[in-house]
Amino acid sequence: MKISINQRKRYTQNVAFWVFRLLSFMVVAILFVILGFLIYNGIKVISWDFLTQMPQDGMTKGGIFPAIIGTLYLIAGSMLFAFPVGVLSAIYMNEYAKDGWIKKLLNQMTGNLAGIPSIVFGLFGMALFVNKFGFGDSILAGSLTLGLMVLPVIIRTTEEALKAVNDTFRHASLALGSSKWQTTRRVVLPMAFPNIITGVILSIGRVSGETAPILFTVAAYFLPRLPHGIFDQVMALPYHLYVIITSGTNIEESRPMAYGTALVLITIVLIMNLIANAFRRYFGKKVKIS
Amino acid sequence: MHKIETKEINLHYGNFHALKGINLVAKENTVTALIGPSGCGKSTYLRLFNRMNDLIDNVEISGQVLVDGEDIYGRRVQVDDLRKKVGMVFQKPNPFPKSIYENVAYGLRVNGINDKKFIEERVLSSLQQAALWEEVKDKLNKSAFELSGGQQQRLCIARALAVQPSVLLMDEPASALDPLSTSKIEELIHILKKDYTIIIVTHNMQQAGRVSDYTAFFYMGTLVEFNETKIIFTNPKNTQTQNYITGRFG
Repeated sequence: MKISINQRKRYTQNVAFWVFRLLSFMVVAILFVILGFLIYNGIKVISWDFLTQMPQDGMTKGGIFPAIIGTLYLIAGSMLFAFPVGVLSAIYMNEYAKDGWIKKLLNQMTGNLAGIPSIVFGLFGMALFVNKFGFGDSILAGSLTLGLMVLPVIIRTTEEALKAVNDTFRHASLALGSSKWQTTRRVVLPMAFPNIITGVILSIGRVSGETAPILFTVAAYFLPRLPHGIFDQVMALPYHLYVIITSGTNIEESRPMAYGTALVLITIVLIMNLIANAFRRYFGKKVKIS
Repeated sequence: MHKIETKEINLHYGNFHALKGINLVAKENTVTALIGPSGCGKSTYLRLFNRMNDLIDNVEISGQVLVDGEDIYGRRVQVDDLRKKVGMVFQKPNPFPKSIYENVAYGLRVNGINDKKFIEERVLSSLQQAALWEEVKDKLNKSAFELSGGQQQRLCIARALAVQPSVLLMDEPASALDPLSTSKIEELIHILKKDYTIIIVTHNMQQAGRVSDYTAFFYMGTLVEFNETKIIFTNPKNTQTQNYITGRFG
């Protein structure tokens, strides 16, 4: 009697365990299916020319060079804005702001900012940067819009990185007569740096993949030349993908180009994630923070 | 004049009355041990002297804390300057993730000293004073984390000494260390006493007996008894003190 109960218990546990295991493998499987699908369909068009040539023949031939360059510009531009603003506000919130309603409000608002849909950022960017500030459809307007979108990501990850630095290091520094800023700059930031950079790289992944924020602020349908300055429009990978899937001159013929573009885009994002991981592992070893 | 003196110190954390009217004096070049059960206020009291309690929100302090006769909570006092004068060693060794050399040089650099030769000399003399020089002289550029726990704690002492304080606060400096490292720290305290006024918080009665000249027994935020260490340990006037040091409670 007793033994059979135990057997049943063990049986139930085994079944549950296998269900969990299968589900977690499924996550990995989904990733590989997507990757495999893109590689299978897109690898044919990937070539040196594809990466370095302008689009030709109504985007059914040639390459995606301007879109790659455009995306790189947007990454750089959005980070130039979001990195200092995000890191500095996180420093303020974590190191300076006292517990109280101001800090609570800032935290709440950062959370709300993160919850705004990206298309709304696009609309806002158009209204403010493109029209109100008169930047026009430009790298500047697009970068600022993308920067606003990833600001909460950078703030959050930086805050987490700062929190992970044990207070005992701050106290040791302050007890030697250093100011709060000296302590932050010389002790806390170097220790938090690997995790901050991880957050930045993850947000680069997000910036390079989003379509909605650049739709009305920077992205060009077709622009077979490179931009000359920050007030120029650019092509960008995600929007280019959208264009050749939905509204190219010959959608059927440009389908392989679409898969190739998607493959390039996802490769950029994956490489960013790998760099983030490698970075954290390499510097995490050098700096013991708690 | 006493090196250190507190007059009617009261400290509140919000509604909690953590220190209740503490009067205490310490002479120059003596070691004063603060003992008492956990939560009795001894660490809070220690942190008055370099104003580390300022870092906590909702702390209210009344009374006077005098160092060299100057009220360190006075309006003209710069906390940075005070902390150069009153150094601190913490419970767990907490060297910065920098080289051994840079750890000791840190206090000088943040105080605006850039003269390379001067820093070099000060690093050397501080490491010597902390009895660590012989062990680290060949690896000054190695990470401080490569040192053992006991060595790290002596490095933290050297780091505190480098800015040339005259008072040294020690918050259970040996509680995280093995017996051998502990005895090294205790020897060091004996030597440092010649140049510094030391206040040490300790949970270890034997340690208080070994290293200190004066002992203050705290209980529930009050200073129960304060006297020469040998009197406290052989002939305490208060039964609570006696019960505590003989291990009957705490």
